[in-house]
Amino acid sequence: MTVGTWEAFRLLVHRELCLSFRRPEQLVQPLVFFLIVTTLFPLGLNLQLSLLRDMSPGVLWVAALLSSLLSLDSLFKSDADDGTLEQLVLSGQGLTVIVVAKTCAHWLVTGAALVIVSPIVATALGIPVDAFATMMLSLALGTLTLSWLGAIGAGLTIGLRRGNVLLSLIVLPLSTPLLIFGAAATDRAISGTSVMGAIYFLAALCVFTCTLAPFAAAAAVRITLE
Amino acid sequence: MNIAPDGLSVESVHVWRGDRHVLKGVSIQVQPGELLHVSGPNGTGKTTLLRVVSGLLRPEQGTVKWLGRSIESSRADYHAALAYASHEPALKSDLTALENLRFSVGLKRRVTLDALRSTLDRTGVAACADLPARVLSAGQRRRVAMARVLAMSASLWLLDEPYSNLDAAGAELMSELLQRHVEVGGVALVVAHHDLALRCRVTRLELNS
Repeated sequence: MTVGTWEAFRLLVHRELCLSFRRPEQLVQPLVFFLIVTTLFPLGLNLQLSLLRDMSPGVLWVAALLSSLLSLDSLFKSDADDGTLEQLVLSGQGLTVIVVAKTCAHWLVTGAALVIVSPIVATALGIPVDAFATMMLSLALGTLTLSWLGAIGAGLTIGLRRGNVLLSLIVLPLSTPLLIFGAAATDRAISGTSVMGAIYFLAALCVFTCTLAPFAAAAAVRITLE
Repeated sequence: MNIAPDGLSVESVHVWRGDRHVLKGVSIQVQPGELLHVSGPNGTGKTTLLRVVSGLLRPEQGTVKWLGRSIESSRADYHAALAYASHEPALKSDLTALENLRFSVGLKRRVTLDALRSTLDRTGVAACADLPARVLSAGQRRRVAMARVLAMSASLWLLDEPYSNLDAAGAELMSELLQRHVEVGGVALVVAHHDLALRCRVTRLELNS
């Protein structure tokens, strides 16, 4: 009996989560990086609390983007290295479904985890509790968008030995709008002004990448496998 | 050229790797109930041919047809009908043998864990079912990869050096499985350096540089 797309998607997400939880160090690494970078800023700059609060949205977002990037390199590469990517490609399921499942699972273990720990970091940076909801929503949209952009870069750099450097060079310039609007949303939430413009823009970017990036990433994987 | 309505046919396939012309107009025809043994010195394009037939690599010229249809036009159906075993076992080292089978076979067809355990039993690695693939020996990993091919219930087997790392009993089992597959009307393409002592219809293709 053949396997439907939804069933295949669920099985693939299950596979990715299993693999992530078997290697807890890979799971924890981006979170620890996020926590350390955001902690180092106030220590290094010796700022007043008011000044720290002004800088905190930018610090938070730069740290979130960089820590999300840490694990993107292995999105397809580890499967390509051990030959299991070929098995997935020949499974009879569309490559787009495989890419979507792998990217969603990647976001769950990196982006979603960052969103969950972000209030701890926000407290350390002096961000008021009232701004937490906006900050978490903007981070959720931003990290999901970054995972999609990263999937394209990871697909293009599968065969490269030091692909992570090129991956950063591809993804970081594309993530500039995320940084600008994500930090703006958090900043406005802190100052108590309307955040909807920035949130709508982040949501639009997220929908745009969710719609088109799976096809681009699938094409990138197909090209590099050949 | 005589194009059979069924089976596998490869027509004048050319593949270049940079400046190297790896496959120079290779044509093959394999009918149901037939095994094609691809042999030849290193670097003559045996694995490349297998990758072209699997659809992993698109040839610069030529076509691959399965059941009379180009694999380009029926890629999903074609991939559902084939089982591919590369020269590496393609197992995730952090997953158990059973999980490896579940997550690869489960994408092709609905299969129960009991059925997968019995397939591992057929290839002689039932005791390894719940062990992570990283602790298995090279021979055991090869047997797990063979169990994956069996569990897929595919009509076309594409196997790259399936005898590597196997002991005498493993090689005999491999031959038995290949024979049974061909006898029930399956098609197999096997890349192997040594002669295959099989009691079934075997055609040989020698690739030269």
